[in-house]
Parts: sequence; C-alpha cells; structure tokens
Amino acid sequence: MKKLWLIFAPLLLFPGLGFACAGDCSKSPWTLMDPKGPIAADEKHLILTAFGLMLIVVIPVIIMTFMFAWKYRAGNKQASYAPKWDYSHKIEAVIWTVPGAIVLILSVLVWRSTHELTPEKPLVSAVMPMVVEVVAMDWKWLFIYPEQGVATVNRLVIPTGTPIDFHITSDTVLNSFFIPSLGGQIYAMAGMQTELNLLADTAGTYRGLNTQFSGDGFSAMHFQVEATTPQEFQRWLKETKTGGPGLDSYRFKKLEMPGEIDEPVYFSSFQPGLFQSILHKFAPAYAQPRMPASLIPASVETDTRLIQAQK
Amino acid sequence: MYESELLGKLTLSAIPYHNPIIMGAVGMSAILGILLLVWVTYLGKWGYLWREWFTSVDHKRIGVMYIVLAVVMMLRGFSDAIMMRIQQASSEGTGHGFLPPEHYSQIFSAHGTIMIIFVAMPFFIGLMNFAIPLQIGARDVAYPFLNSVSFWLTAASALLVMVSLAVGDFSQAGWTGYPPLSETQFSPGPGVDYWIWSLQLGGIGTLLTGINFFVTILKMRTPGMSLMKMPVFAWTILVTTVLIMLSFPVLTVTLALLTLDRYLDMHFFTGGMGGNQMMFTNLFWIWGHPEVYIVILPAFGIYSEVVSTFSHKRLFGYTSMVYATIAIAVLSFVVWLHHFFTMGAGADVNAFFGIATMVIAVPTGVKIFNWLFTMYRGRIEFTTPMLWSLGFIVTFTVGGMTGVLLSVPGADFMLHNSEFLVAHFHNMLIPGALFGYFAGYSYWFPKMFGFRLDEKWGKRAFWSWLAGFYLAFMPLYALGFMGMPRRLVHYDNPIWQPYLLVALAGTFLIAYGIFCQGAQLVASIRNRAALRDATGDIWGSHSLEWSTASPPPFYNFAKLPQVESLDAFAHMKEHGILHRAQAPFSPIHMPRNSWMGVVMGAFTFAFGFAMVWHIWWIAAASALAILALVVMRANDENVDYMLSAEEVARCEKNTSQPATHTTAGHNDFKPITQG
Amino acid sequence: MSANTLSPEMLHPDHAQHPDHGGEDNALFGFWVYLMTDCILFASLFATYAVMRHNYAGGPTGKDLFDLRYVFIETMFLLFSSFSNGFAMLSMHRRSRSATLKWLLLTALLGLGFVGMEVREFTHLVMEGNGPDRSGFLSAFFGLVGTHGTHVSIGLIWMGVMMWQLYFKGVTPAITSRLLRLSLFWHFLDIIWIVVFTVVYLMGVL
Repeated sequence: MKKLWLIFAPLLLFPGLGFACAGDCSKSPWTLMDPKGPIAADEKHLILTAFGLMLIVVIPVIIMTFMFAWKYRAGNKQASYAPKWDYSHKIEAVIWTVPGAIVLILSVLVWRSTHELTPEKPLVSAVMPMVVEVVAMDWKWLFIYPEQGVATVNRLVIPTGTPIDFHITSDTVLNSFFIPSLGGQIYAMAGMQTELNLLADTAGTYRGLNTQFSGDGFSAMHFQVEATTPQEFQRWLKETKTGGPGLDSYRFKKLEMPGEIDEPVYFSSFQPGLFQSILHKFAPAYAQPRMPASLIPASVETDTRLIQAQK
Repeated sequence: MYESELLGKLTLSAIPYHNPIIMGAVGMSAILGILLLVWVTYLGKWGYLWREWFTSVDHKRIGVMYIVLAVVMMLRGFSDAIMMRIQQASSEGTGHGFLPPEHYSQIFSAHGTIMIIFVAMPFFIGLMNFAIPLQIGARDVAYPFLNSVSFWLTAASALLVMVSLAVGDFSQAGWTGYPPLSETQFSPGPGVDYWIWSLQLGGIGTLLTGINFFVTILKMRTPGMSLMKMPVFAWTILVTTVLIMLSFPVLTVTLALLTLDRYLDMHFFTGGMGGNQMMFTNLFWIWGHPEVYIVILPAFGIYSEVVSTFSHKRLFGYTSMVYATIAIAVLSFVVWLHHFFTMGAGADVNAFFGIATMVIAVPTGVKIFNWLFTMYRGRIEFTTPMLWSLGFIVTFTVGGMTGVLLSVPGADFMLHNSEFLVAHFHNMLIPGALFGYFAGYSYWFPKMFGFRLDEKWGKRAFWSWLAGFYLAFMPLYALGFMGMPRRLVHYDNPIWQPYLLVALAGTFLIAYGIFCQGAQLVASIRNRAALRDATGDIWGSHSLEWSTASPPPFYNFAKLPQVESLDAFAHMKEHGILHRAQAPFSPIHMPRNSWMGVVMGAFTFAFGFAMVWHIWWIAAASALAILALVVMRANDENVDYMLSAEEVARCEKNTSQPATHTTAGHNDFKPITQG
Repeated sequence: MSANTLSPEMLHPDHAQHPDHGGEDNALFGFWVYLMTDCILFASLFATYAVMRHNYAGGPTGKDLFDLRYVFIETMFLLFSSFSNGFAMLSMHRRSRSATLKWLLLTALLGLGFVGMEVREFTHLVMEGNGPDRSGFLSAFFGLVGTHGTHVSIGLIWMGVMMWQLYFKGVTPAITSRLLRLSLFWHFLDIIWIVVFTVVYLMGVL
C-alpha cells in the first residue's frame, strides 16, 4: 500500500500545470470553465452540477475500497471473518436504490437541460438574432452572412449581445462546428442542415474549430472568432463590403479544393442562394449536383424537398 | 488507379520502402518473426506445434492460442500508442513532430481497431475458451471444430492488419471509419479496405464463437448445474454471447454496405446520390455500444471470481450480480445514440438516450458495491489478480463518473470528440476490461500450465500499469477542459504541451509494466518447479475448474461432476465429497483434431488480401477452396473417436492428485459467524 | 415441420447419443440460434431499406420499376419449393431415399427458378441504367433483395451437396440431421421473402 503515492502524485501535478501558462497569462487555460456566453455558462454549470451529484456515490466507493481492503487484509486476525455471509437484504436495497435515486435526479436534470440547451432553440433576447451560414470545407470554414451580404473564410466576426443563429452544413465529409468559449458543438453534415444558437457576452478573440477528424488537414481546421461591439461590427462590415473580391463561382471552386488556409479571407459579396445550393448538392432526393444559379444547367428542375436533420 | 488482371491494384510501389519509420517497424517484425521461426526449427518443434496446437480442437489449447494472439497484437497496438504520444508531445507550434498527417491517421486508426478487435476480443475469448467448459463441468464446447475455425478466422484477420503495415497502408478514417471520409472519393487507397476486411472476417469468427459458447453454456452443463448454480463468470459469458449474436450481424451488414459502396459504386453512405451517411453512424454504434459491454462484461465476471477467491469468502449478492449483468446487456442496446448527440436529433431523442445511458450506471454501481461487500468481513490476500481487481474498482469508478458526465447531452456538446472523451473510454477499457483480463490471466495461469506466475514481477507490473495509467490519462481529462480535440497531429497552444509530456511519461511507465509482464513470464518458467501447483486448487477456490488437475487432462473430467449447489467445488470440499473420479472409468467420446481449421484460416487470409487489392481470381479461388473444405468436412465421417476406459484410467493415474480435500494453504481461516 | 419430428429417437434410430457432446441435438439447437442471428442481419437490411426507400436521387421509384405479376410468379416458385421441401422431409422420416431425392430435386429446381427469375430482373434493371449505383434507393433494394438471393443460392449449393450425400450414403442419422437444418434454412428464407415481397414490392408499388 505504500506505493499508493505513485497513483496520487500525478494528480498533484495538475494544479501546478494549470498555472504554468506560457506567454499570455491573462487568459485561463481552462476554456470550458471560462465561458464567454450564456450557453457556455449554462453548460459549465451543468457539468459541475452533474459532477457534484456523482461524487455522492464515487467518494464513498473509493473510501470503502481502501477501508475494506485494509481492514479485512489476511494479516489482520482481529477483523471479523464471515466466509459464508453472502446476502443482506438491507445492503441490497441500499445499493440498488441510492444509485437509482441519484440517476433519477440526474434524469430530471438531463430532461430539463437537454430541452433548455438544445442547439436549435432560439435564444431569448431583446436584440434581433443574426443568421450566419456555416459551411465546412476541406479544410477550412466558410461563413456566409446572408443578411449582410458578405462572406469570410476561417474568421467569424460577430457582434456581442446579439444572438447568432448558425445554419450549418458541410461541402465535404462529416465535421463538427465548435466554439468552446461560447457553447457546445454540432455536426456539419453534407446534404443536411443543423442549427446552433449562441451568444457572446464579452468582446474578445476566441477559438473555433472542427472536432471531427476529416482528413489530412484536420489539425489546421480552426478559426478565429472575433466578438466585437455592434458598432465595431458595423465598421468591419463596411470595410469588408467595400474591400476585397466577391465570392464568385470561380473562387468558390478554388475554395472547394482540399487544402489548408493560413490567413483568413474576406469576400465583399457572394452568389445568392450559395448555402442552399451546397445543401442541395448532397440532399438524397436530388438528381444532380446543384450549382449556384449561374452554373445550373437549364434542364435541371427545381425541387424544394430536402432532408433536414432538425425539426 | 491502374489494375492488372493478374495482380489487381498491387504493384511494387505498394511497399512503403521510402518511409524509414514504417520500414523500421516492418524490419523489426520481420526479424522477430524470422528469429521465432528459426528457434522453433532449431528446437524441432514444428511437428509438435502442428499436431498439438494448430490442428487442435481442444478448447484449452485454442484458448491459449487466442491469448497469445491477443498479447502479440497488444504489443503492436501499444507501439502505435507510444508513437501517438511522442507525436503529440513534440508537435506544438512550428514543430510538427516526426509523423506526417497521413501516417499519424493510420496509426490512430490501427490503434483503435487493433486494441478493440484484436486485443480485447481475443483476450477474453481466450480466457473464456479455457475456463468456461471447465467451469460448467463439460468436456469440450458444443462445436469443437467450429471453435478452431473461429480462432483461425480471427488470426487471419489479425495477420491482414499486420500485413497492411508492409504492403499498402491502413485506413486513415479512424477506427470507426465514418463515411463519407471512408468512401472511395476521400479514401481511394487500400487502407479502408484492409480495415473493412479485417473487421468483417474477424467479426464472422467472433459471431461463430458467440453461437458456440451460447449453445455450450445452455446445453452442456454438468448434471445438477442449473443456470443459477453457474459461476458468475459463466453468467457474464452467457450474456456476452447473447450480445455478440445480437450485435455482430449488424456490424456484418454495416461493413458489407460500405464494401458495396466502395467496390460497386453503390450509394448507401455517400454524400449525394441518395446516400445517408448518418445511417452508417447509427448502424455502427448499434453494434459498437454493445461491443463495449462485450469486452467489459467478461472482465466483470473475472473480477467476481477473483474478488471472491482472494477474499476467501462467497460472492456477495450472486442473484443481484446476475440480474445486474442482464440489465446492463439489455440497456446496452438502447444507448447507441449517445455516441453522436451532436448530430442534432432534437431534445427529446437526446434526452431519452442520455437518460437510458445513465440508467446503466445503476446496475454497474450495484456490481461495484457487491464486490466491495464481498471483501467486507473477508480475509483478503493481495495477490496479483486481487491487486488488478482493486485497481479496477477505484479507477473504473472515476471512469464511470466521467461517463455519466458525457451522457448528459448538454455536457457532451462541450466534451464530445475531445481529449476528455479519449481519457474516458480508455478509463473504461483499460481498468474495466484489460485489468480484468490480466487478473484472469494470472488467476487461471496455474490451471493452464501447472505452475503459477511469479508474484514479485506481477506486482511490479501492476503498479507500473496503474501509475502509468493515471499519468497517461488524467492529463487528457484536463486537456478536454482546455478544449483540445482528439486526433490532432499538431497544435499551436503551448499550454497543452506539458500535459502531453506527462501523458507520454505515463505511456513509458506502462511500457515498463509490459516489460515486467514479460519478465514475469520468463522468471516463472525458470522457477516453475517452485511455483508448481500440485493440488490443482492453488488459490483455494470455489468453482469446478479447480477440482481438476493443473493442467487438466485433455478430456477435462474423467467423470462428469455432480453439482449440488452454487460454488460447486467449495461445496464438495466442505462436505468431503471426492471430486476426482475414481475407477472404474467409462469410455469418453472425443473430437479428433483437424487440419481444416488452420487451412481455412489461410484461405480466408488469401481471400481478404485479394479483395483488398482487387485480385479477383485469387479471391474467387480462395472462396471456392473454403467452400470445398466445408463440403469435405461435411463428408468426413472420421471426426471423433472413443477414448477407452483403460486409457482414461492411465491418464488419471498420471495427473496430480490433491493430498487432502481441505482448502489448501488457508486452513488458518476460522469462520466466526455465519449469517 | 412440427416439434415432434425432432425427438432424439428420430435423429438417432440406430446410434446411441453421446451424453457428453449432445451431437446432433446441439447441432439443431445451434442452427436455430444461427438463424436468429441471420434474422438480425436481415432486420438491419430492412431498416436500411426503410430509411432509404425514398432516396431516389432523381431516379426511378419502385412504382416505375416493379412488375408485381412477375414478382408474384417468382414468389410462387419459392413458396412451392418450401412445400416440396416439406414432402422431402416426410419422405426422409419414412426413410425413403429415392422419394426424398425426388422431392429435393423438385425443391432445387423451383429454387433455381426463383434465383433465375431474380437474376433476370436484376439484369434487366442494370441494363436499363437502373442498377444499384443509380440511387440510394436502388442500392438498398439490390442490397436487401440480393442478400436474400445469395442466401437462396447458398441453400441450393447445400441442397446439391445433400442430394449427393443422400445418393451415396442413404438416410443416415447425420444426413437426417443436416437435412432437417437445411429444411429450417429453406423455410426461414421463405418467411424472409414474404416480408421482402410485402415491404419492398407491395408497399413500393401501392
């Protein structure tokens, strides 16, 4: 038993490591414990509550293991010995009902929180939500601002205090869209649209990423999230609309080619219906790959049915 | 890609001779393999190996071969683990480590596939092969020849994975092989095909084993052994076989559909053309989640045997254990969606699967408490198998807690696909399954070979593994909270690196643990005279396998034992019932060894390899050869024989006999209360 | 096929059963268990088909493709083959080698007819450009119906081997047991086909 320190020594290392921040020490390394929006805050709270409830069982089990192992060791002749004792009504009742009760409480928590935090649920806010269309590509993220008429790659700029309604799909394999500081993730799937509602309270630069392995460029498939004040956002919008090129079909084709992108790209415009056309391209009821309007051959009929992953 | 009639897609360029890391690994494997072959030739043991092992239909021999396979594959899977840890520890910022992404993704795909399919599965199947017929008082399994076929199918698919190292490459789509990434469009090479065929062919072997042991346990128990008098290990295996039979056909279908997509341009899981990629994910986990319990339930059975034996006490709450096992099995079929809450199935669906997942914690918790109360008022001996069990209880509880956390959809949105998840499932599978197999290995080793394993090296192995485990995986939990996703080949967050260095150190500690296990085996073989199990009941245990000699005669029981109660052997010892059969003996009906299993395995390998490389004529010829063998076997009348009574008597005289019928070595435990 | 045909006396008229291995009795039970796993296999394929039945990808629907009359005749082949298989079993229990052989031959011919019709249907579809690579729906259709057809074909090979064994060895206990299992397999495929007929063809057209 004296070797037990071997097990616990690594645990002691963690607080130490937590402070060993290299460079920027103003930021907590514990992204999940440092929420920058209401959804992330709720999810942090949920994790801690569930964790606390489970300790009710886990701590006694660990203590009992050490206690029983020590007390009833073969060398301890003082301890009682009952080799045929193999059943107790009371103990059985307790070991079924106590975990059962905790799971019951957790179940209520799960039911409520799952409905509360379901990603497609609109956020309650006095500010009108803003729609951002997100397309996962190999190996970059395309953000389309349908109401503002601009598009970006690998950089998401959003105004603080405004609910953002992300519409997400994939132009390639399965991806998962995740901004840890703002809230949980959701899959980006070709031919299907998922929805995620998030909000940033505080201005700042956060990290967004794909968590679902998607091929060679996967590790580079992260993006910057710039949460700015609404005024700043408007200024950025103006700049973007007047600067840079538009996302035409040629540039889109180029973007679609597998590859990593080091610097964010900004587009002053995009072809209308781009997001829908990407979605349609993979939808199961469709015959032909759908292109932006200019590329659609005349013969292809239009059909509005498509599979949506969410209600 | 160019395809020739003769060799399909296979050309010399399939051998990655330009990659020094792979060629190094290939070279090492080749040298080790050749040394082994030379050594066997030098000893002149080929005939012996062929007659006594490769062609054997004896469940004990097949069990040992399964375990050897699992250990060999564990070394391979563990080398992958070390490479991943070195890569992640060294790939911060501009240093992109020593592995390019296309190699790194092969390593993590192979690691997962190998550890689940070719380590966990053969390890427990080996232990169950060895122990189950002995525990239920049977002379063999229901279909001894089929058992041999199952083993050789598994060995052939393991070989297929090993060959992918030298010829072509392995899948780069993860061990779960999610489409569309695993479709031809994104993975045109032979890698995914290696993955498909090794899982498919090995899976068929597993399914056949499942059927075999299900029938064995239901139909071949010795007189008097009702289901509720079976040892708990037999119960967990019975439930496991049911899980295998219900889930493996789903894997067969899932892989077959992906095969059709890849080989015949069908559109089951493609993006577009009417394919539905999430159907793969659903089908895969309908198999995949029960699969988790398929590898863990047998370990639960082993812990039950071990904790009871080394606490020198009856198992607490036997009935509860049985029902908890069944409950876990039933629930394991209604939780698959928790592997992808982030699909966006809606709150009702997610909440249902989240709650169903949590409910599993209840029967699992009951099992933990039952083991604790088995220790309570016992006389615990801290032998190696008992240490593995204690390490399991503490560590598994932590893993269970993180599992419940992941089952809360709101929390899972944050932790899905993160290093936290990686830490969680390793926390379930290493202490939950692997420690159990190690416990079973040291527990039944004396029964297999007639001498027990060295305790000193065994304990060193245990402590290194345990401490190594904590060092390797606790940092990953922390990294999950820092937002680090799994499967990164490089990253640019310097804060993560110290944790990954600690994890690497843990992996080295585990490597030392594995070294200790090797040393333990060598030391034990050298010192076997002193470690000899003369009585057949070296631990003072309770179930029927300990009533036979160590090692047991090939027919197991000269006369089938009559079972009166649970813990049948303990009951015999207590009531002074002679548990070794006495003369006169009667003839015993035994199955004959057969070369067909191993040859079928060889053709299966040829078939798989040919399919991977599109060499259609070899695939067709191998399939025909397998069919011909099946027909030949059906026409073979000479598959069994009668062992004469005189022969039985002679064998019985030569096996070791216990001196007394008391609990050998533990007479000093005086029961004080009973009630 | 009723349960009372499976008594050990029937299986081992001249051959004492070995209590330690259970022999043919276990084989029959094990085969039942195998059939249950096959059931799961088909269940997965049916589930797949149900999910993909409308994924036409702009291609033809079931209504466009299926000829109910043709499939009905195909179905009759299989149903009658089950019927004649039943007669083969009755002859086998009477221990008449020649009658059993005759009925088995008829069963095999009807089975061949079924497989032949299916192959013709498939060839037809592929020729018209409606092969399994046309759409998700057609992949699922070919996957499900083709798996059943493959099972029937394997059953036919098995039946061929059994006829050969029967011809040379007569009605031995081992052969009786194998024929019983083959018969189970055949009836099982019949039941699966009825579900295929209903779910794929009838529901696809109506």
